[in-house]
Amino acid sequence: MSDVVEKTLTALPSLLSLDSHSGSTKLSSSSKLGNLIRGITELTSKHEEEKLIQRELASIKEQVSSPNTSMRQMKELMVRAIYCEMLGYEASFSYIHAIKLAQQGTALEKRVGYLAVSLFLNESHELLLLLVNTVLKDLQSTNLIEVCMALTVVSQMFPKDMIPAILPLVEEKLTHPKEIIRRKAVLALYKFYLIAPNQVQHIHNKFRKALCDKDPGVMTASLHIYLQMIQENPEGYKDLTASFVTILKQVVAGKLPMDFNYHSVPAPWLQIQLLRILAFLGKNDQSSSEIMYDILEESLRRAEINHNITYAILYECVKCIYTIHPKSELLEKAAKCIGNFVLSTKINLKYLGLKALTYVVQQDPKLALQHQVTIIECLDHPDLIIKRETLELLFRITNAQNVAVIVEKMLEFLRGNKDDYTTIDLVGKVAELAEKYAPNNEWFIETMSTVFSVGGDTMQPDIPNSFLKLLSEGFDSVEEDRKLKLFAVDSYVSLLQGEPGKLPQRFLQVISWVLGEYSYLRGELDAATVLRLLAKLLDTKSTSSETKSWVLMAMTKVCEGGVGVSVAQEVCETYSSSLDTALRQRAQELQHLSQDRDLRAKVLPREAGSEPLEVDSSLSFLDGFVSEALAAGAAPYKPHHQRQEELAQAKALSMEPYGLPISMSSCSIADRQSPTLLSVSSGLSGDSPSLSQKGGSTTPKLDGVKRVWGRQGYLVQTEPVEESDLVEVTGPLQSPNQQAGADGPPSQTPTLKPTPQPEQEKQQLASSLFVGLGSQSSLCLMGKPEATTQRFRRKAKGPVLSSSTGEQISNSSVSASSMANNLLCNDLLDSNITSETAAPSLEQTPQLSRDLPAANGACAVESTDRDVKENSASLIGDNRLVAADPAPRGDRGKLKDFSAHLPAEFSGLCHSDISPLASNQSLDVSACHVQKEDSLVLVVFMYNSSDDAIPHILLELRSDELEVSCEGDSPVEEARSRSVAVCQYSLTVKKPSVHVEVAGTVSYQLPVGTSQSVQFSYKLPLTSFIRPLTVSTEEYGTMWLDFSHDTKQKLTPICLGQEPLMDTLNVLKKKLKLHVVEIIGMEGIVACRVLRDQPCLMHCRLHAGALSVWLRSPVPDLPDCLMYHCQRALQEH
Amino acid sequence: MMRFLLLFSRQGKLRLQKWFTPMSEREKKKIIRDMTTMVLARQPRSCNFLHWKDLKVIYKRYASLYFCLAIENQENELIALEVIHRYVELLDKYFGNVCELDIIFNFEKAYFILDEFLIGGEIQETSKQMVNRSIEASDMLQEDDISEWYEVELFG
Repeated sequence: MSDVVEKTLTALPSLLSLDSHSGSTKLSSSSKLGNLIRGITELTSKHEEEKLIQRELASIKEQVSSPNTSMRQMKELMVRAIYCEMLGYEASFSYIHAIKLAQQGTALEKRVGYLAVSLFLNESHELLLLLVNTVLKDLQSTNLIEVCMALTVVSQMFPKDMIPAILPLVEEKLTHPKEIIRRKAVLALYKFYLIAPNQVQHIHNKFRKALCDKDPGVMTASLHIYLQMIQENPEGYKDLTASFVTILKQVVAGKLPMDFNYHSVPAPWLQIQLLRILAFLGKNDQSSSEIMYDILEESLRRAEINHNITYAILYECVKCIYTIHPKSELLEKAAKCIGNFVLSTKINLKYLGLKALTYVVQQDPKLALQHQVTIIECLDHPDLIIKRETLELLFRITNAQNVAVIVEKMLEFLRGNKDDYTTIDLVGKVAELAEKYAPNNEWFIETMSTVFSVGGDTMQPDIPNSFLKLLSEGFDSVEEDRKLKLFAVDSYVSLLQGEPGKLPQRFLQVISWVLGEYSYLRGELDAATVLRLLAKLLDTKSTSSETKSWVLMAMTKVCEGGVGVSVAQEVCETYSSSLDTALRQRAQELQHLSQDRDLRAKVLPREAGSEPLEVDSSLSFLDGFVSEALAAGAAPYKPHHQRQEELAQAKALSMEPYGLPISMSSCSIADRQSPTLLSVSSGLSGDSPSLSQKGGSTTPKLDGVKRVWGRQGYLVQTEPVEESDLVEVTGPLQSPNQQAGADGPPSQTPTLKPTPQPEQEKQQLASSLFVGLGSQSSLCLMGKPEATTQRFRRKAKGPVLSSSTGEQISNSSVSASSMANNLLCNDLLDSNITSETAAPSLEQTPQLSRDLPAANGACAVESTDRDVKENSASLIGDNRLVAADPAPRGDRGKLKDFSAHLPAEFSGLCHSDISPLASNQSLDVSACHVQKEDSLVLVVFMYNSSDDAIPHILLELRSDELEVSCEGDSPVEEARSRSVAVCQYSLTVKKPSVHVEVAGTVSYQLPVGTSQSVQFSYKLPLTSFIRPLTVSTEEYGTMWLDFSHDTKQKLTPICLGQEPLMDTLNVLKKKLKLHVVEIIGMEGIVACRVLRDQPCLMHCRLHAGALSVWLRSPVPDLPDCLMYHCQRALQEH
Repeated sequence: MMRFLLLFSRQGKLRLQKWFTPMSEREKKKIIRDMTTMVLARQPRSCNFLHWKDLKVIYKRYASLYFCLAIENQENELIALEVIHRYVELLDKYFGNVCELDIIFNFEKAYFILDEFLIGGEIQETSKQMVNRSIEASDMLQEDDISEWYEVELFG
């Protein structure tokens, strides 16, 4: 078909000669729009065009605002306005008329109105609110086309806050008899899910209905939602795996109507969507993956027609195969498929082949070896995109042996590159590689110099930062340290002697810092020489004032000796009168310190960079100053948001009489430890009437009515207590090093094809690029674990926290296990045996993933399984019912054993069911969590099912959302034969999320000598971390004002008896362990904390049958997560 | 998810723009400028995929018109290329031997077709017949709004 189009298009003489055209073109070319378009094409200059459009816009403006313009004319005007906007001229005056047209026009005009609205406005535009009513009306229209239009506009853009207004109507459409309406309704809900997931929480079971719709179009539409939801939470949808597989089977077998075919391939879009869903479901999950193997193989086999669309499916298939739990035969086929892509003469396929290789090479580095010739050809490809992708691939296979060649290639590309985004990305990668694999000092410093000069001022600021940190913190060997610093000094001095004006500012800053700190190391280098070089920088015009500050700082550090001081003095004279205050400050410092040698030695001791600075974040050293100022009558400090609130309050007219003035003497500050606490006493400032009333609780009330609730919530009545310990910021937790890549299977035997005689040069390049990819070191490429050969190893610094020890431990374990894996890999025979024997013992795992959520009691899957199955039967026929059945559950007898091993101290506490997580031939891992009052303990049970004792078991846990600390003395355990070893970990929340997950690896050495590891993940709802927070109403009031993150939503209260509010709060109290602070009439306040010590406050108000809930917390995301659980708890009740 | 679709001529004149995510006018102008310069500078017979910031840009030329579709990083490039092609097929079916002029003079029709095909950055309907039927049904709507007959045609 495309040929036909191309022919017709090229057959046209030119777009300027519009004289003789047939059909629709002719019709509209005589219209006003036609005249406008023709007018524009006849013009020769941009200026003329602008004049013409402005004239046109003026005329449109006049006509749209005229009351005599009919809707029909309005439609025509709107089209012209759209055209002008497309040319880049603003026609904002027409926006309101577009909305009017959508509202008042007949269907044909309405369509243009809606189109104009969707092109002119975006989600956040305020005029969009005016469209809500129109949409509401059209959704209820009897004319189906109007309903379609409304749904179309809704799924393109709709104000988030107004979703509740139309949600019931859209939901209703899910059961509409016409499939086109159902399909559009599903897509509208998908849009809502994207912009406000909380709002559509309650209709998840309706999504299931849509998935089982008898019309394949509606089912396809629902997959958008599922892909999104499964990506966010694969565990919650494992039960659907079999259904997705069955759907895919039917699609592949061509059971869908012909309408869905595209170039005789059945529903390719649907196939790809399903493959992506399956990849998420099968990732790290053997039992789910096993269900997919057949259909994946079938898909690979079927996709044989030589057309783009089949390649698209193949590519997705390969990606899926490499994402899910591996199966060797499939991997082999997928690898062959990638080979076909890479070797293809079609450039698009080659590109995708490289991309696939990049993706796969972490699991199977040998594959890169097979295609080394092609890769080298691609490195010199004329198309930059191909080159760029090749570098990406090389980045993944870099090791200590080939780093120099690869980095050189990357820098070569960078030098010719003009796109900022690519530069930033690539420069970061070079810096990463250089730091990781640098072969020697000279190379490292030189490479980083190139990075700084090429990266310029666009690069990520953390590159120079981490470089300087690396220099100052040093490495394991002091001598090496010194050499590196010396080399840096030498190379920078020679750079400054050249043409420093051309260097980017960031680089100059790095240079100044290094020279300032370390130039003394080079004994023969005169301080005066350095000073002169630095002074030269100050005189360069292009040097920014920020850089000048750095330079002056550096000069302050080096100025020494007679000449030095005189150079310094000269500089000071120039800059001590600078307009830039920062520069003036630096110049003053330089002046004073250069004259006072002792003072300088005290202020700027050498090697100061390596000592940790202690920061007094409470600024307690200022206490004296603050109390003096307060005594002198200064107003106490208020945090920013409080000032804003007061300002807002002050702006409103006050109808209340003035409160009594409060004398400052009543505010005693003598016993305060830190000025930050003064913020809470803002109620005493006495400058706004309502506030003085709050503060004046000890004074007689002026009006009889007690004001308890203000616009911001509960009002402070007495001086609140300290809450600083509640908002303690949890430090970032170093998640242990990723070892994720290493869980792939030992790769296949590399079937190295004999290279077809490439030129000498290429062969040489190949050997330098792919060195180290052989079997002996192959595993250090996988997932880039910290290679033991890494040159620059950061020293562990600072106070030894539990987390940092954890990191060290995991470090060592990674290297241990990767070495062990090497052995395995060398002995391919051995590895085959282990993987085969591993399979049968895993039989009981299918149920694990299913049991896990249920056991935790939170992410219970909607109980519509049965009707899902019934419905799905109608879609795909009878035979799939069996397939959709949950896998038979294994016996749980063995699991009960573990509860006996639960440590005695937990016996009285409530613990979750013990769920099996993973197992292999010698070890079964299970876990449960125990809720203690002040902590949550994860108990991991490791059952040694073999006949030999396992001496050293190393268990590591990591999590993005949680902070994990070991409860016992050491995570290393021993498991005797047929017995259980138990580990305990205390978990606290680092980053709130609806569900949180801990991933873990158990690694151990078998007596025979081979090392093994078992991976698992354990998921638990946020609710396990919630504890009541007992506060008084007053304390609540203060905290409420101080918390900045909030969310509001209407929930459905529970009605048992007379008091729905009380009932609802009791349910929440029982289910989520919240603390009800007080209930006043129709309002209630509730408090809780998430371990450890992250408070969250809730204010709810019953109004017109709905419960408006408002959550606030100092922690981002926490209110949203808690809202989710509240909603859930109420629904389940 | 798709982010935006642009149609422009060999001279860099914009013929159609569809933004699937909210974007400010300034961003839009910058993107249009970047896209036209990037795509027009490509040599013939080079790869149809480009990188732009964290997005991937898939472009294809049909006669004098460039179709340029931006997708998110994890999406499948080849299928995006087919999305463009299917859109061209849809235009062709509607206009009958579509040419750039059809799109210039009837751009609102091209938008209507696009809205039936893609929505919110996702594929809505891939069947040529279905898209065409719903467009034609809407086209036939009369002022006096007796559209029952066409509805039967469209939805029956």
